[in-house]
Amino acid sequence: MDKVTKKNLEYLINRKDNQYEVVIGLEVHAQVLSESKLFSTSATKFGAEPNTQVSLVDAAFPGMLPVINEFCVKQAIKTGIGLNAKINKRSVFDRKNYFYADLPQGYQISQFKDPIVGEGKVILDMPDGQKEVGIERLHLEQDAGKSIHDLDPQNTFVDLNRSGVALMEIVSKPDLRSPDEVSAYIKKLRSIMRYLGTCDGNMQEGSLRADVNVSVRTKGSKEFGTRCEIKNVNSIKFMQMAIEYEANRQVDLIEEGKSIDQETRLFDTKKNETRSMRSKEDAHDYRYFPDPDLLPLEVSDDFVNELKNDIPELPDDKKKRFIDEFKLSPYEATILVSDIDTAKYFEEVVAKMGKNKDIKLAVNWITGELFAVLNNKNLEISQSPVSAKNLAILVNLIKNGTISGKIAKTIFELMLDGDKDPQKIVEEKGLKQESDPKAIEALIDKIINDNREKAIEYKQGKEKLFGFFVGQAMKASGGKANPQLINEILKKKLQ
Amino acid sequence: MSDITKQSLTELVKNIKSKKLSSTDVTKAFIERSEKSKELNAYITEDFKSALNKAKKFDQKPNLDLKLPGIPMAVKDLFCTKNIKTTAGSKILNNFVPTYESTVTENIWNEGAILLGKLNCDEFAMGSSNETSFFGNVQNPIDKNLVPGGSSGGSASAVAGQLTPITIGTDTGGSIRQPASFTGIVGLKPTYGSCSRYGIVAFASSLDQAGPMAQNVKDCALLQEVISSYDPKDSTSIDFKRNQYSKELTNNIKGKKIGIPKEYRVDGMPKEIEDLWQKGIQYVKDCGAETVDISLPHTSYALPTYYIVAPAEASSNLARYDGVKYGFRAKGENLIDMYEKTRSEGFGAEVQRRIMIGTYVLSSGYYDAYYLKAQKVRKLIKNDFDDAYKKVDAILTPSTPSSAFKIGEKTDDPVSMYLNDIFTVPVNLAGLPGISIPAGHDSNGYPLGLQIIGKAFDEQNILNIAFAMEEKINFKNKITDWWIK
Amino acid sequence: MSIDLKTIKHISKLSRISVDEKRAQKLAGDLNSIFDFIEKLNELKTDNVKPLTSVAVTTLRLRPDEVKSKNIREQIVKNSPQDNEDYFVVPKVIE
Repeated sequence: MDKVTKKNLEYLINRKDNQYEVVIGLEVHAQVLSESKLFSTSATKFGAEPNTQVSLVDAAFPGMLPVINEFCVKQAIKTGIGLNAKINKRSVFDRKNYFYADLPQGYQISQFKDPIVGEGKVILDMPDGQKEVGIERLHLEQDAGKSIHDLDPQNTFVDLNRSGVALMEIVSKPDLRSPDEVSAYIKKLRSIMRYLGTCDGNMQEGSLRADVNVSVRTKGSKEFGTRCEIKNVNSIKFMQMAIEYEANRQVDLIEEGKSIDQETRLFDTKKNETRSMRSKEDAHDYRYFPDPDLLPLEVSDDFVNELKNDIPELPDDKKKRFIDEFKLSPYEATILVSDIDTAKYFEEVVAKMGKNKDIKLAVNWITGELFAVLNNKNLEISQSPVSAKNLAILVNLIKNGTISGKIAKTIFELMLDGDKDPQKIVEEKGLKQESDPKAIEALIDKIINDNREKAIEYKQGKEKLFGFFVGQAMKASGGKANPQLINEILKKKLQ
Repeated sequence: MSDITKQSLTELVKNIKSKKLSSTDVTKAFIERSEKSKELNAYITEDFKSALNKAKKFDQKPNLDLKLPGIPMAVKDLFCTKNIKTTAGSKILNNFVPTYESTVTENIWNEGAILLGKLNCDEFAMGSSNETSFFGNVQNPIDKNLVPGGSSGGSASAVAGQLTPITIGTDTGGSIRQPASFTGIVGLKPTYGSCSRYGIVAFASSLDQAGPMAQNVKDCALLQEVISSYDPKDSTSIDFKRNQYSKELTNNIKGKKIGIPKEYRVDGMPKEIEDLWQKGIQYVKDCGAETVDISLPHTSYALPTYYIVAPAEASSNLARYDGVKYGFRAKGENLIDMYEKTRSEGFGAEVQRRIMIGTYVLSSGYYDAYYLKAQKVRKLIKNDFDDAYKKVDAILTPSTPSSAFKIGEKTDDPVSMYLNDIFTVPVNLAGLPGISIPAGHDSNGYPLGLQIIGKAFDEQNILNIAFAMEEKINFKNKITDWWIK
Repeated sequence: MSIDLKTIKHISKLSRISVDEKRAQKLAGDLNSIFDFIEKLNELKTDNVKPLTSVAVTTLRLRPDEVKSKNIREQIVKNSPQDNEDYFVVPKVIE
């Protein structure tokens, strides 16, 4: 890695003569993809009517008891494997005790001392090279319900649909140093979990959110500064804004000779600032203890190995394979693997292109035309109006000279409406490229004949006129003539 | 038939099966006696009308293959019963009507029994005298102004007073065995994991067990057979082979080795308890069993351990009573104010005391010194029993260090109240089965009990020993019906 | 050891049970006598003892991922102290 480049990309906060480094650790809460909740049999679907997915267990009725969902355990272990982490064969569920309107039991079942997954790591692809971020742990816990404060001036309304849904809390080491790294980290986690099918990563629906721990220190210092925890930030943009604000706030305090209080803060998205949540502080004694309604969770080697065998190719491996097998650049490979659906789409295009394929061309079409359309229409690639199969046909038509790149763009536009087969469009609209040298020669002969004076001027040295002849030939062929052949034949004729 | 309520469960079942009695006859008799026994204050909720209807319905198409055919019974108000108010003896659940049924009561109804009503108990089962109930204290049928013990005080009083032929209680530190001993009846606390905890208002999850209370050992065995089941809805329910306890019941205990733990000879224990114990030792010998002196060295640490573990779990289990979802709610300015007022007004003094103890021992800085320490000592206590059971098949001890005391006698001194459970608590901490059987009377004529502690899942063995001893003891409870005017 | 009024206030806050001065005094007395009795545990050396959290001789059973509990909103909100067909309603939360 080039040292100078790295230095330029470093995220530092400058004040007078001082430079500050920002240290960030994340506690990501990822909703486990499962049909039913972690300790109850109610549904987990997003967007249901309030309190319609609430069982007696979720609402903590007297005498109700938790029974753990095997699939959620498997999902957590799979995620652990995806994070290259140690899987703990024995883990313990603890109660985290606190009172809140949307916490019906008066405690959250979580894992405190003995999480299901231990240390691991993820690799980030940053513009200046790769960066490894340590994972401290991953544990399973229950989500809380939702308090709604704006339906009534005097009252708060509580919806317990989310209460008891399984979450994975993924705790990173304080290895992140900039808002960009945080963004890359979240995207990478999201990507891994989507590959594994353990979390849909949908941040709008709250399936992925994070508590952000921020501290600052003078550049070069080995000691950590006092950190503040910004609670429950639910978009990458807000995380970045919150970090930026918070880091600057802390630096300002240090510069003013003041101390930083270790505290929990809230990011106000409207005012773009973080605020102390001091009211919550005095009750911050969670009195963790092992949940006596549950026994220690023990999983066998076989159980874990079976899950290991079930792990699909993950983004890092896929990227490596794309580079080796398809000779893609690391940049192209990174783009294509970052989202599982994009990777799937790409691989399907490659498969459908058959033997004589031009992978580079396919990549260009996916990351160029297709991405532009998706972006414009605000669609996911899984909702792409053009199927992988038809895009493969289109790329093949270009590759084998049936159509020109220019015509291909016209055809692509037509394909958007109902995923039309490009081959059929070519036939119906007669857009097949003219690649018969004799036909093109005849066409060129006529043009030269009609523009004799220009032909002479060209021969006398006015080379710019070559473009004129190409344009005329294209026009005469209705844009269908093979441009390469036009070039070749024109050159020969105008000599 | 005026003597119906004097009949044991076994007799009633026999008479119903042979059609000498109908369920309606039996149900009516217990309702009538219950109506006359209001002074005992054994019931919190009566469901007599509907019980009678159910009995009539049963009689129209009696299924006599069931184990409890048309048998009326009242249950401790800690078991959630569908559409019947369930209070746990607390103001905070004063108006709570479950929409679901506990597994244990479900098992009972499935065998043909009929609910008479819900029985009084200490608030959230926290107490040893039934004096902490929001619904008032319960009288012991043995004598006026005598506590029936607790927390299953209403249950004990109802069985001893013949308001119900049998009942179920719950036992966290002695709540079945101590009141059974105080009222002259039989009470069994099964092995932890034998009876499902699903639908039972929780006190201390790692200790709570439901169990039967009855006039005699055989009735107790039959009821245990009905209530014990493996339940996937309770993660601590254990899937083991359950006996047909009443069918397999035998008085042949020849050659059984019975341990006599020296640590149960505590300072200040009345001589009559010691004498009773010696009598018990003689009885088991008379039955052909052998007694062996054993040591359970950590016995005296059981009560302090219990008073950390149980309140810690309770402080968390009772957090759900916050006025949000069900039960009592006090008016509050805001959410926190509502919580604090609801819980302050909704819980009684003893429950508040235990929540405070539990909160304290789990709080930051004290966890290791108290909670963790207690869990370690709990391990030592369990080890004591494991060691003892290498040498003996069961252990014989007194059930309580004294006979029943007067109402109000110990309410101002929590520690002396807690000492009531000194012989019963170790059994809960180790998760073992224990049975209390009436074995004699003190100088006042108050009943005294002996406790037989078994190996885990060995209920059959302690029931057999109790059954054999019961024959020898030939105990007669001195019920004068003093409360019936 | 001694539990003072400040500690009582703190644990009453944590356990969300309001206590007035008189009650706090009484609780302090009670808790002190109970903890005097609990202190007996300090006689034992337990450094090498593994804590026992459950006597149940089994490991955690895992249930299949199936939705069995349907929409029972009516039952769920039926017992709630403040009537509302859809939600639990509590006094305003002050952040």
